[in-house]
Amino acid sequence: MFKKILIANRGEIAVRVIRACRELGIQSVAVYSEVDRASLHVRKADEAYHIGPPAATESYLNIDKILDAARRSGADAIHPGYGFLSENSRFAHACASAGIKFIGPTAASMEMMGSKTRARQHMEKANIPFVPGTSRGLESPEEAARVAERIGYPVMLKAAAGGGGKGMRLVHAPEQLASALASAQSEAQRAFGDNEVYIEKAIINPRHIEMQVLADEHGNTVYLGERECSIQRRHQKVLEESPSLIVDPDMRRRLGEVAVRVAQAAGYTNAGTIEFLVDQHKNFYFLEMNTRLQVEHPVTELTTGLDLVHLQIRIAAGEKLPFTQDDIHLRGHAIECRIYAEDPDNDFFPSPGKITLLLAPSGPGIRRDSGIYEGWTVPIEYDPLLAKLIGYGSDRAQATSRLVRALNEYFVGGIKTNISLFRRILNDEEFHEGRLDTGYLDRLLARPAAHQPIDAKNAEVAAIAAGLFAVLDPATFAQNNGRAGSEAKETANWKKTARAESLRE
Amino acid sequence: MTYDVTIEGKNYRLELNHPEGRWECRLDGRAIEIDAILARRDVLSIIIAGKAYEIKRERAVTDMHLWVGSVRYAAQVRDPRSLRSRASADDGKGPRKLIAPMPGKVVRVLVKENAEVDAGQGLLVLEAMKMQNEIKSPKKGVVRKMVATEGASVSAGDVLAVVE
Repeated sequence: MFKKILIANRGEIAVRVIRACRELGIQSVAVYSEVDRASLHVRKADEAYHIGPPAATESYLNIDKILDAARRSGADAIHPGYGFLSENSRFAHACASAGIKFIGPTAASMEMMGSKTRARQHMEKANIPFVPGTSRGLESPEEAARVAERIGYPVMLKAAAGGGGKGMRLVHAPEQLASALASAQSEAQRAFGDNEVYIEKAIINPRHIEMQVLADEHGNTVYLGERECSIQRRHQKVLEESPSLIVDPDMRRRLGEVAVRVAQAAGYTNAGTIEFLVDQHKNFYFLEMNTRLQVEHPVTELTTGLDLVHLQIRIAAGEKLPFTQDDIHLRGHAIECRIYAEDPDNDFFPSPGKITLLLAPSGPGIRRDSGIYEGWTVPIEYDPLLAKLIGYGSDRAQATSRLVRALNEYFVGGIKTNISLFRRILNDEEFHEGRLDTGYLDRLLARPAAHQPIDAKNAEVAAIAAGLFAVLDPATFAQNNGRAGSEAKETANWKKTARAESLRE
Repeated sequence: MTYDVTIEGKNYRLELNHPEGRWECRLDGRAIEIDAILARRDVLSIIIAGKAYEIKRERAVTDMHLWVGSVRYAAQVRDPRSLRSRASADDGKGPRKLIAPMPGKVVRVLVKENAEVDAGQGLLVLEAMKMQNEIKSPKKGVVRKMVATEGASVSAGDVLAVVE
């Protein structure tokens, strides 16, 4: 077993992995950029190394600096978390060359899955169902038109190197195809430095369902159940749950067997996720493989009773999986809410800043994986994910009611969060009935929020409370009341900052 | 103490006194029996006729909200004796400052000084957490001052521009 693991990440996932290390009696090493000195992962780790300026390219994405910290600390393995370098095959390769174990798949498996067209070619060979279309980049508008005619409109153009909706175009009719192809190619070139674009049949408002797999380095691969991830905004997942309401045991077995075949075709080891699109008739198609631990892994941990990070570490250390497929049983229901620093009342505007008040929920069936604390300032440089709140229950209704209860206990002051969005989703009828697809959240947000009539009694309570705060905490009252006089000072501060900035350039 | 309180646009006159450890409370002249403790900064526990409330206070740069249960109320409190608070009461007339709602970096300034703008028109673009966001004019008027310059970092609460 490893003696010391470096965590090449920050935020809640770094804390999550540090906790697993402590539980396994392994020393943990944090790395941090200039603005993360006070971050929670640095406080929780056994050792911590500064790796550079705030920009991720000069810190968390800098392979040399991270390997240097690993050498200085004497770490014998690196956990990449998710995001940053987690799916960078060059990094996995550099770790191997440096004699440090990368906790994840091999560089070769990552490369195979890194390009969508390359993954499709391999899956074609392994006889995996994927969305009809081409497995190679389109050569010409004429070829695109021929394929589109064969598979039928609407079609989707996608960048081979793509992600996050970039280089993607939905085309409804032949006359739109040539210009859509040109713009998808130029967008892909700008975003990824690669203009390869392929075509597939568009599945309108599909479900997005993924399957967790685990593979050891001795040829054993198992699947751990699906996660329903259809609730998304701008191609970013917001809420995930397991099991999915539309997956019955037979469909789960079929999804799982395909997922295991995909992993085996890629020579995959460690934890990974196979994403599927599911159409209205429950046909499922391979979409892509995520070659890392997922943000939403806790829902699988709660329904299987397994600790995926423990298992990742054990697998990387060369151990065999301690169970077989027949030992995996799903129990109960889990739902995860991704708590972001963004303002749902203002078009999801990011909201970094100082956390002045933090009231955290707890109690039965509640798990909170968090990277924040009261008094900490959320930096402007990174992803807005603050924490994950996961509700667990013996069934979906209980998991939901526990989450609603916990969301009412949860309070983050000083910055805006999307906590109220989850209250809205979890109280929504379509959500209760499980009528989910990737268009669900846009539909919900397009409806005006159910107007909550102002309860006159509670408004009076608020009025009394407003006065009580003024009496009991006079300092903050003076502060909020005295704003009119502070303009001169604010402007002066601002000028000072602007001057400092111009000096730097 | 007497306060003028506004909750979601509705005004109340609140009298609060705290003699000998008990509270005397009158809301618009009506006596209400209350008990209250400040559990910690921004968290209040109030009992009114046997009903218990936990009130959380959200203080942002530009406003204050109170949470009663899971409902959020916009709140303003003024001391009617204070001249300053009367002067600061917002009537929609006069110059309005455009305040940075969050820290970030100014990536684009969209209008020049003395430009005429509509309420809700984008004045500049602020970037934070890899997202670009348009900061909109709080009112129809003329941009009296554009303090923001492209490329500069700003803190929450900084004045970006003044619209009159």
